[in-house]
Amino acid sequence: MSEHTVSAYDEELTAMAGKIAEMGGLAEKAFADAVHALVSQDLDLAKSTIANDVRLDALHHEVEVKLIEIIARRQPMGQDLREVTAATRIANDLERVGDLAKNVAKRVIAIDSDLQSKKLAIGVEHMTELALAQLKQVLDAYTRKDAEAARRVQEADAEVDAIYTSLFRELLTYMMEDPRVITQCVHLLFCAKNIERIGDHATNIAENVYYMVTGERLPEERAKVDETGAV
Amino acid sequence: MNQMLNTERANNMTDSKISANKVQVYYGDTHAIKDVDIEIQPRSVTAFIGPSGCGKSTFLRTLNRMNDTIDICRVEGSIKIDGEDIYDPKVDPVQLRAKVGMVFQKPNPFPKSIYDNIAYGPRIHGLARSKSDLDDIVASSLQKAGLWEEVKNRLDEPGTGMSGGQQQRLCIARAIAVSPEVILMDEPCSALDPIATAKVEELIDELRENYTIVIVTHSMQQAARVSQRTAFFHLGILVEEGPTEDIFTNPKDKRTQDYITGRFG
Repeated sequence: MSEHTVSAYDEELTAMAGKIAEMGGLAEKAFADAVHALVSQDLDLAKSTIANDVRLDALHHEVEVKLIEIIARRQPMGQDLREVTAATRIANDLERVGDLAKNVAKRVIAIDSDLQSKKLAIGVEHMTELALAQLKQVLDAYTRKDAEAARRVQEADAEVDAIYTSLFRELLTYMMEDPRVITQCVHLLFCAKNIERIGDHATNIAENVYYMVTGERLPEERAKVDETGAV
Repeated sequence: MNQMLNTERANNMTDSKISANKVQVYYGDTHAIKDVDIEIQPRSVTAFIGPSGCGKSTFLRTLNRMNDTIDICRVEGSIKIDGEDIYDPKVDPVQLRAKVGMVFQKPNPFPKSIYDNIAYGPRIHGLARSKSDLDDIVASSLQKAGLWEEVKNRLDEPGTGMSGGQQQRLCIARAIAVSPEVILMDEPCSALDPIATAKVEELIDELRENYTIVIVTHSMQQAARVSQRTAFFHLGILVEEGPTEDIFTNPKDKRTQDYITGRFG
């Protein structure tokens, strides 16, 4: 797209997209670190992940101020209007991803013991890999303004949900077999739920990227159901 | 088959107030408006936007034959209001302009009293049978233009002594006084401050209930605020026309997109 007649406007929009990308980078790192701390029981990493969330929150606040300034100064229209509204929502989603990662890190400290089952850790890691890939792809789609890539992210969320459901089943079985692991399993269950929620935020971002690029709503691919209710 | 065509035509006639087809406007050798087709809906506000010189005012002026007053100007194609060709030789332009009123960029009240500014049109068109009839028309026109409370005790003062915003609303009241069906507005707020602009916009929104309004504006925000449909003109061509919210959030044409986002080279 060609440049605005007022070049400062272009600079503001570019700076805004840059800050969103920066938020994305921080959110990705917080998420990866939190899960890594969980599977390796690395308390120091968990603590630093919790502490680092302040940066993401501060950046979120900065982005919000910038967005309000752009709206007040430029009254964006068309593509610009869609970019600004999408950025507002994406920033909210990324801030929430940071909070969920922080919550996982807090549970690492609460668990403070080795995981009972390697199999569980593998399940959590696998789910994390998928959700993290989703987050990466959607942030790339945002930067490249790629609607098709955003649509693929939305489609792939089903897989994250399926792993969550199977982890839920597995944790339930452990708890029934041995009540001593209930505390740890409940923490793990919340961690898994947080990861699944991060996948949902990636999907939200995908929907906003799609709208930003095309001006159309991304059609709902599937009805969102929590299958754990049927377990 | 014939019956079907007739029904279709009847539907078209009830759907749009103004129907323009393949309209061309020439100023001497200059082809200022090219092939414009547009349907304008009754009792709604249609905004014309576009860069300076794009032809939006020229096209607006074809709708009540204001271009007739320019010798070198020639209009081709068809413009129908309520299904009637307004360029038909039988049409009296003076009657047409009573039916299709106009408000200009700069408020242009007559150098007469506020009362006479409003009463002038009804008098020459013979719309009032008595003095009390005329008083009623003046009062109701000023009321519809939201000006009555401000001027009811000073109707004999000159219209030119009012503030710019009041003068513009006086001009709108003057247009309303001859019971038009369509009101054309050519950048009606460009000489007004934001408060006076807001009052005129509020007025446009109220008038929409009873009149078909077409407004040319340089302010995209104004078009977004007041209109239900927006038409974008560029280099004499009607590039895109549609629901206002679509034009401002998701325009289809690249030229519209560039213009509304401020990217025009």
